[in-house]
Amino acid sequence: MDVLLFFVTAAVALVGAIAMLVSRNAVHSALFLLLNFGAMAVLYLLLQSPFLFTIQLTVYAGAIMVLFLFVVMLLGAEQVEDTPDRIAWQRPLGILLGVGLLGVAAAASLRGAAGQPAPGGEAAASFGNPAELGALLFTRYLLPFEITGVILLVAVVGVVVLNQRGRQQAPAKPPAGD
Amino acid sequence: MEPLQIPPVNLILLAPLLTVVGWASALLLVDVFLIPEGKKKLTGYLAIAGLLVAGLVGLPLWNVSGSTFSGMLVLDRYSLSLTWIFVIVGALSIAMALDYLPRHGIEQGEFYPLIMFAVAGMILLAQGTDLIVLFLGIEALSITLYILTGFAYPRLTSEEAAMKYLVLGAFAAGFFVYGIALVYGATGTTSLAGIAEFLGRQTLVAEDQTLLLAGAGMVLIAFSFKTALVPFHMWTPDVYEGSPTPVAAFMSVGTKGAALAALLRVLAFAFEGVQAYWLPVLAALAAITMVVGNLGALGQTNVKRMLAYSSIGHAGYILLGIMVASERGAEAFLFYLLAYALTNLGAFGVVIALEQQGESVWSIEDFAGLYQRRPMLAVAMALFMFSLAGVPPTAGFMAKFFIFTAAYEGGLGWLALVGVITSAIAAYFYLRVVVKMFMQEPAREVQPELNRGLNADIIIAGVATLLIGLVPTPFIFLAQQSLVALGG
Amino acid sequence: MVPTAYYIILSAALFTIGVLGVLIRRNAIVVFMSVELMLNAANLALVAFARERLNVDGQVLVFFVITVAAAEVAVGLALLVAIFRTKNTADVDEVSTLKG
Repeated sequence: MDVLLFFVTAAVALVGAIAMLVSRNAVHSALFLLLNFGAMAVLYLLLQSPFLFTIQLTVYAGAIMVLFLFVVMLLGAEQVEDTPDRIAWQRPLGILLGVGLLGVAAAASLRGAAGQPAPGGEAAASFGNPAELGALLFTRYLLPFEITGVILLVAVVGVVVLNQRGRQQAPAKPPAGD
Repeated sequence: MEPLQIPPVNLILLAPLLTVVGWASALLLVDVFLIPEGKKKLTGYLAIAGLLVAGLVGLPLWNVSGSTFSGMLVLDRYSLSLTWIFVIVGALSIAMALDYLPRHGIEQGEFYPLIMFAVAGMILLAQGTDLIVLFLGIEALSITLYILTGFAYPRLTSEEAAMKYLVLGAFAAGFFVYGIALVYGATGTTSLAGIAEFLGRQTLVAEDQTLLLAGAGMVLIAFSFKTALVPFHMWTPDVYEGSPTPVAAFMSVGTKGAALAALLRVLAFAFEGVQAYWLPVLAALAAITMVVGNLGALGQTNVKRMLAYSSIGHAGYILLGIMVASERGAEAFLFYLLAYALTNLGAFGVVIALEQQGESVWSIEDFAGLYQRRPMLAVAMALFMFSLAGVPPTAGFMAKFFIFTAAYEGGLGWLALVGVITSAIAAYFYLRVVVKMFMQEPAREVQPELNRGLNADIIIAGVATLLIGLVPTPFIFLAQQSLVALGG
Repeated sequence: MVPTAYYIILSAALFTIGVLGVLIRRNAIVVFMSVELMLNAANLALVAFARERLNVDGQVLVFFVITVAAAEVAVGLALLVAIFRTKNTADVDEVSTLKG
């Protein structure tokens, strides 16, 4: 049952990702990525991470993708595909690199016995309990947790700074350098 | 449910970091509510004061060492010395920006707290001993820099440079996270000490080692992007050119220094057991970085781009010190970082003095005949160029001398040779600037604009460049002392 | 149970697609989405390893990655909007100069 569910979800995730890659329309790309994120959420559930399942749906599939769609619509950037290919060798190199990466990762993941999930049992049954995760967040991972607070503060300030200026003060000179 | 047992936290160990973050957060509010428009320079002075206070707070900690937050953060002399370097870099960059921002019509008070947050990210990179802390430190630094790069409204090149930087930075972050995932898969931990312990075990499963090496490789790619090592350097000239010049100055020494400092800790401490694997890779990276960086600078007529390529080349030299994962290497690394940071900040200061409002040319021709108009400025620039080229008796010469000696003694003689040859090539484009300043007639009238902040920056950098070059002993002693109990 | 290796292969494939997206696509928004895909792939690997080891730390790491990704997206999209506005202003200026 698990295996079947895994393969179906994995297929959906892969299809979503590839479709995002090849779509010419940015809105379609965003929607396909949404599909991929949804499939990922199901995989998290399969891996006993109910908390991340929720986060994935609300933060990623919800907030982040909505933001993406919003900006695409706002800018009318659906079809924008500026300069066709600035660097000619980039595409073949990218594909080569991609295949190489995949090979390395596949080799690394063929770990035989070590690749088996831990056996069930009492520990496995209670694994991934959100309470456990929350406790870790405020004990062992207290410092990283505080740092994310600072990062979010910086991001908020940055968004305001980047989009507020030019409203209060008109540029001294017409834009130069473009 | 039982109450949480929050582990004991020793806040003394992160006093400088807390000072910077706290001061910056408070300054954000002060700037918005207390400092009127048009007086934003005051915010800048307060930010400089905050950075200096953070440096002073670090002074009594010289003999303190220890780790806290479940071993995720460490205070040792190495991190403390780096903290001082970063604080100086931040303060000098702000000094350069004080008049630059209003002159270009982009003055906003948030600029100064943002620089402080970037410095906080750099300190985190120096103190972090867990991959996740290093990741968050890099991100705190990078996200701040994306914003600062795009600060030069309404110059489109600035915003586009920020975009380019952000895309490549996020790309690198992807590699970093995937690397962390693989390392975690192999070892079950992300702490540097845990990884070192794992590698120290006798019974290492081959598959786990493959996974670990793949992870380490990805982390190395991410660091290479951040420090602009060839072939991950393509973004550097465009981003430096597009960003406001003080930000470019800050990036060229700050980001590089912090990321390389973290890389040294990661490689020499966590991945010491697999040195045989990363050493050749890093050696190749260093060699092509030195060659491409310096050759790339040869053809530039835009001073900002030239300094960008020069900073790529210098990252290659600094890498030499990291590779010799010995005390000598780390000493040379610290010394080089200090010398390069001060010299480069001085050079950028002169560039800012010559930069005219609303222009984006930064042509090397503007330096022609500078000696006749502003002799002192020309002499200062000559000093910086000599130091970057590694001509005695400047700081750059001593730094290169130490790093090449360390490399030679560490069995990397051929790399030291590459370093010497590329330095000789580099001398051409540095000295070209000097020749222009002293021997040519001005091509067009460029009136250098100096002011208090710029003067302070250029004078401090100039004096330090000479001082470190003439009397290097105390600085070497400090660097040596910094390495007591590295990684403790 | 599904072996961990399956998850890792899937995550490697998704990561590769993300890398390809960054290298091949030129539309800034799609490039952004590709980066998000890379981060998601890494998250999947983290969660899979966490399950294999019955060690929640991996899940906590994912939490941090998601936070950082959100911050990065916010700044990136703000930049895109800013670029768009600057370009528009520039165009308007050009037009008015022509008229003048």
